[in-house]
Amino acid sequence: MKLSTLLKTTVAGVGLAFASSMAQAGDITVVSWGGAYTKSQIEAYHKPWIAKTGNGIKSEDYNGGTAEIKAQVEAGNVTWDIVDVELSDAVRACDEGLLETIDHSTLPAGADGTAATDDFIEGTLHDCAVANIVWSTIFAYDSSKIADGPTTMADFFDLKKYPGKRGLRKGPKANLEMALIADGVPAKDVYEVLNTPEGIDRAFKKLDTIKDSVVWWEAGAQPPQLLADGEVAMTTAYNGRIFNAVAGEGKPFEIVWDGQIWDLDLWVIPKGAKNKELALDFLKFSTSTEALAAQASWISYGPARKSSSSLVGKYHNKDIDMGPQMPTAPDNLKNAVQNDFNFWADNQDQLNERFNAWLAG
Amino acid sequence: MTDAALPSTAQTAGAAILADDGIPLKQKLARTTRQLKWRAFLLTLPLVLFLIVSFVLPIGQMLFRSVHNPTAGKVLPNFTVSIQNWDEQGLPDEAVFEGFVKDIQDAAQKREIGRTVGNLATRINYEIPGTRSLFTSSARKLKRVKEGPYKEALLKTNKKWDNPAIWRALKRATRDFTPAFYLAAVDRKYDDEGRIVQAEELYQIYIGNFGKTLWLSTIITFCCFLLAFPVSYLLSVLPLRTSNLLMILVLLPFWTSLLVRTTAWIAILQTEGIINDILVFIGLVADDGRIQMIYNRTGTVISMVHILLPFMILPLYSVMKTIPPSYMRAARSLGANPFTAFRRVYFPQTLPGIAAGTLLVFILSIGFYITPALVGGEDGILISNLIAYHIQKSLNWSLGAALGAILLVAVLVLYWIYNKLVGIERLSFG
Repeated sequence: MKLSTLLKTTVAGVGLAFASSMAQAGDITVVSWGGAYTKSQIEAYHKPWIAKTGNGIKSEDYNGGTAEIKAQVEAGNVTWDIVDVELSDAVRACDEGLLETIDHSTLPAGADGTAATDDFIEGTLHDCAVANIVWSTIFAYDSSKIADGPTTMADFFDLKKYPGKRGLRKGPKANLEMALIADGVPAKDVYEVLNTPEGIDRAFKKLDTIKDSVVWWEAGAQPPQLLADGEVAMTTAYNGRIFNAVAGEGKPFEIVWDGQIWDLDLWVIPKGAKNKELALDFLKFSTSTEALAAQASWISYGPARKSSSSLVGKYHNKDIDMGPQMPTAPDNLKNAVQNDFNFWADNQDQLNERFNAWLAG
Repeated sequence: MTDAALPSTAQTAGAAILADDGIPLKQKLARTTRQLKWRAFLLTLPLVLFLIVSFVLPIGQMLFRSVHNPTAGKVLPNFTVSIQNWDEQGLPDEAVFEGFVKDIQDAAQKREIGRTVGNLATRINYEIPGTRSLFTSSARKLKRVKEGPYKEALLKTNKKWDNPAIWRALKRATRDFTPAFYLAAVDRKYDDEGRIVQAEELYQIYIGNFGKTLWLSTIITFCCFLLAFPVSYLLSVLPLRTSNLLMILVLLPFWTSLLVRTTAWIAILQTEGIINDILVFIGLVADDGRIQMIYNRTGTVISMVHILLPFMILPLYSVMKTIPPSYMRAARSLGANPFTAFRRVYFPQTLPGIAAGTLLVFILSIGFYITPALVGGEDGILISNLIAYHIQKSLNWSLGAALGAILLVAVLVLYWIYNKLVGIERLSFG
């Protein structure tokens, strides 16, 4: 084959591959955290949206962080259209120009007619991000194995009273806060203490006391599995995952709300997303009063709209009231901390480094 | 063609032989060979292009990225010019502040990828941890500032701007080429005065990990050698039928996916795994005293030795196969005892194979990624895992690149030492 013919066929082939990928323009790629959480979004957001608009959705899973978004945007090849991220990541990626800005005035009003900007809970709307849920890092144990169960964060760090391995997310976020609470710092003062070098030392020192008994997890689906397999006696986890293991699979797990670290999950649209308009439409649809309330019947994460709370009812196929299961339920908020995105945006590089050095040491 | 073969030409030196079309024969020959050479070169062209695209360019880009970080220069074009005259004492003057505030306002308004206030904040946060929100929050407040004095306006947004260390860090960052990431990669940093000092002990991670990587690679290479030498010998002396069978046993794992072999080791070594089950069953260890053999250094070494073993066996075997058995017999008949015959006749002839095998295994193991990531736990991870962390998680690509460059240099240095000691021409991969 002559070189020129070879080139021609190659170009034609690549063109064809391109054309076929362009043909699915009505599809958007929605990226979220997988497992029970993605399942709740598929039921409450994806299916109704597909039925209403006739578009398609390609659902992808990831483990958080902004690495993929950054890589895609900088390479100019954005394949993700809308991504579910943590607050600190949303703010940071927005600051770095990796996300499309979102005009809050275009968001639909609440079911009771309240304007969106008033309907969303304070702090849930950001320049580039719209929150859908409030979630929380809690700790949980298997009540069939521990009879007189732990009730406070201090119990989690007490290996004498409750022997056995502990599961923790691999990284400093939430762990440092929990360590301080266990060490006697009141929830409202956690970040004040953590903002001093002594406070950080104190948190690591507390973590030192259980370091040898820790099993580290990374994906949200791991902790319920660790508990079920008996690999750990207690583990930190995202509250919705534990709830679903209880409600969906009948596992005898108990959640301890003392010292919970709650945070937001938000939708963001990477800059230059191929299907930006469709993604925006999906975003508006999925953060409407009804969609958020519907999601709460699949997983115990609190809706970001005030107007949704009154619509939150029971678990989709069981007689369980979802209200008390939410991180934002008054009983659960008695000793709780909201994740401080500014603290983590400022310190995460340094603390990750220290955490890695601490792990290897 | 030599002069001796053609005496007549020698006599007519100066007058070139002409081909029948009147062109000197020499010229014509040169033209033909040149054409042949070009054609041969064209055949290798796809490979050359492939190497340039997939190897030379990425590595070049990585090396460049490890020293080149133009973020501050891009976000702060005016400031970059005016700060250069600052003597680094006290605070800069009003003109510098004006340039800074205007640059920040401009960047905040445009939000161009790679030149936002957030990018600048990330860059400076590497130098002075905890300053990120200072930049982003001040940028939001500065939107309303229309006129000077700019120094006052900036200090009003946050009193932390009163710290000369921040301005020194900013001045350092305006240089597009910086050694800062190499410093970080060897646990060093700039202090507030701009001197290079060691990072605090609690934050030191890389030097120790480089050391660990080299040490574990040495252990792995040595274990591979100990295991491979007798196997290769056996392969080379057994009759063909048996040795072929044995060879398949060596090659079969070699052809199996790396992931499969690594996960197989997880199944074997984990605390609820086969080995521990057997030990508990025969009563050697108690049920609650199961041995931790994986998710630590031991796990990394065991599985990597297994995975890299064929890379030692194959070169050794190919060299041993060429050593005639008669040499050993000759040595014995000349009075050497078996050990002397082995040491002075057989072993020296296997050196090229040993050289090739150890070099291959060592270089592969210092860059190994998947196996330590899966079975290394916290203690058994190697430098490649930290590089992956900075590329995928922390997004400090410059630091990842600097670590990668150091690893590359380490390999080249080892190769050079090796060449001095063994001689690369003696290398035999069979």
